Amino acid sequence: MSRILQDRDERRPETHPLTFRLNDDGTSVMLDAYREQQGYVSVERAFRDLTSKTLIDELKTANLRGRGGGGFSAGLKWSLTMQGEGIPRGYIVCNADEMEPGTFKDRLLLEQQPHLLIEGMILAGFANNAYQGYIFMRGEYVDAARTVQRALEEARAAGWLGRDVAGSGWDFDIALHTGAGRYICGEETALINSLEGKRASPRAKPPFPGQSGAWGKPTVVNNVETLCNVPSVVLHGADWYQGLSQGKSGDGGTKLYGVSGKVKRPGLWELPMGTTGNELLERAGGMRDGHTLKTWLPGGGSTGFLLPEHLELGLDFDTIGKAGSRLGTGLIAVVADDQSVVSLARNLEEFFARESCGWCTPCRDGLPWSVKLLQALEAGEGERGDIDLLESLAVDLGPGRTFCAHAPGAAMPLASAIHYFRDEFERGVTRGQGKAHADPIPVGSV
Amino acid sequence: MTHASTSTSAPIATDGFVLHDEDRAAIAHEREHYPHPQAASIEALKIVQKRHGWVPDAAIEAIARELGVPPASIEGVATFYSLIFRQPVGRHVILICDSSSCFLTDYEALRDAFFEHLGIGFGQTTPDDRFTLLPVCCLGACDRGPALMIGDDTYGPVTPEEIPKLLEAYA
Ligand SMILES: Cc1cc2nc3c(=O)[nH]c(=O)nc-3n(C[C@H](O)[C@H](O)[C@H](O)COP(=O)(O)O)c2cc1C
Ligand code: SF4
Ligand code: FES
Repeated sequence: MSRILQDRDERRPETHPLTFRLNDDGTSVMLDAYREQQGYVSVERAFRDLTSKTLIDELKTANLRGRGGGGFSAGLKWSLTMQGEGIPRGYIVCNADEMEPGTFKDRLLLEQQPHLLIEGMILAGFANNAYQGYIFMRGEYVDAARTVQRALEEARAAGWLGRDVAGSGWDFDIALHTGAGRYICGEETALINSLEGKRASPRAKPPFPGQSGAWGKPTVVNNVETLCNVPSVVLHGADWYQGLSQGKSGDGGTKLYGVSGKVKRPGLWELPMGTTGNELLERAGGMRDGHTLKTWLPGGGSTGFLLPEHLELGLDFDTIGKAGSRLGTGLIAVVADDQSVVSLARNLEEFFARESCGWCTPCRDGLPWSVKLLQALEAGEGERGDIDLLESLAVDLGPGRTFCAHAPGAAMPLASAIHYFRDEFERGVTRGQGKAHADPIPVGSV
Repeated sequence: MTHASTSTSAPIATDGFVLHDEDRAAIAHEREHYPHPQAASIEALKIVQKRHGWVPDAAIEAIARELGVPPASIEGVATFYSLIFRQPVGRHVILICDSSSCFLTDYEALRDAFFEHLGIGFGQTTPDDRFTLLPVCCLGACDRGPALMIGDDTYGPVTPEEIPKLLEAYA
């Protein structure tokens, strides 16, 4: 069970749209309690006052950026989804696959506030003229699946789902789909294949899911947290939503931030978008006694390492991007001074190597090779040239050379680890060139 | 939407493998959520696995017939996903998170302690068929790392000393 580490007094409806309803004891907020706290009011408002176009415009102005890691504007994505005369009604797919190393935010929303997600998906369905929603949830989230299933039944019984939603004359339902492992399922086109009952291989883009997604129909894929932000935008408007970030960021809203690693109080907090790393670390109680901070990952295993001095930056997409990393999921992992960065990089690349779908050469062959090189450096058996090789592998794995963003995600921590901690890698080099890896695997393009 | 296949027709048997009536009903129910029956493949495999512990070849055939899709497609799916087991596993599957935040909170020591305590490595089952040990991607419990699952239960943070006590509940 995930826990929000802010007391109820701090979590106000005006400032904490994602978490103000959560119970301090971590129990789920089900329909009655949810309804009593403005639940589903945004749907009533949308049916009464909004059209697909005005809702999407509001969302664009609010500048709600995708919380699944990419930061793409939700309003812009929805405005590009095909709908209209002669175009079949399609799907809203909630990405609840959450497997990015270091990420534990969607679990909280799924386990403790399923109706907020359902409400967001109804609004997404309305705006994108979809007739069916799917919640694609990773198989290991057993409790979340039970809670969400129960919430779907409650919502259906109360008329928020199914035929003629809330007397609007519009039909929309949601089904829960649970997965069976594999990180790559979280990539949106792989997720669509998986939803269709196929192996989770990414699809070529274009066509984008908004043009042709699940079963060839227009499909919107959004992260859990993204969808959970939509009700408050619809209810209170774009200006209000923009104001939530209190001028700390050009991005709208709040963010479910988190800290993991060797801190005193690891956990989750809903804070204005653009909150600094320093404030997060402070809320987490600082490093455990006897440890100091060496480096950190701002938002998951596929983001680049940053230094302690970067903690003063506001955690939003553009600021962290400018610092050479990515905000990713916005849950930071802190690395203590006694942790070898070479070993950590090895652990990360092992993950990406194992989870590659195997389609593209740089990803399929380059990642296991990088693991070998890192293992050798870790064991103090690296050769001269190994570090350069790792760097060129990171380039081959970079953006634009593979089918999906898995490989670039693997490249980022690797390249940044070498960039900031080259001396640690060099300490692993004890041999001349060409002994252990006489027969390197060729790495080409796709 | 209704499907005629659930209750009236004869049970589907392949090589002595018979889909349980309840499982056929559960699979039929899952099918209704999708425009194409193939979409229920993963759910069907999970339903069968829940009853049998793993998915034998004959079950692949049976699911393929039940859904009306080629066996090769079910097989392709079954071998792709890490939580579908194509070999027998122990009564309880232990999934230890090996991702970065657990790594930063001493996952490797926990893993080694499990190896030693159970006398097996990843991908192996104890001789008494009680436990199978597997690594798993970030469990979304990084605030409680190192984290693991036993069956449907998630635990964390777990220290090596706690292992014997933790396993007691799983006979
Ligand atoms: C390898 C890989 C794994 C991903 N895993 C997830 C995931 O678990 N959850 C998620 O929301 N997005 C994940 N994404 C991002 C999705 O492809 C997609 O951008 C996102 O779901 C869009 O939602 P958003 O715009 O609301 O963020 C992943 C991307 C890649 C390349
Ligand atoms: S980059 Fe990797 S995971 Fe993505 S399609 Fe290519 S091989 Fe598969
Ligand atoms: S890294 Fe282990 S639970 Fe997230």
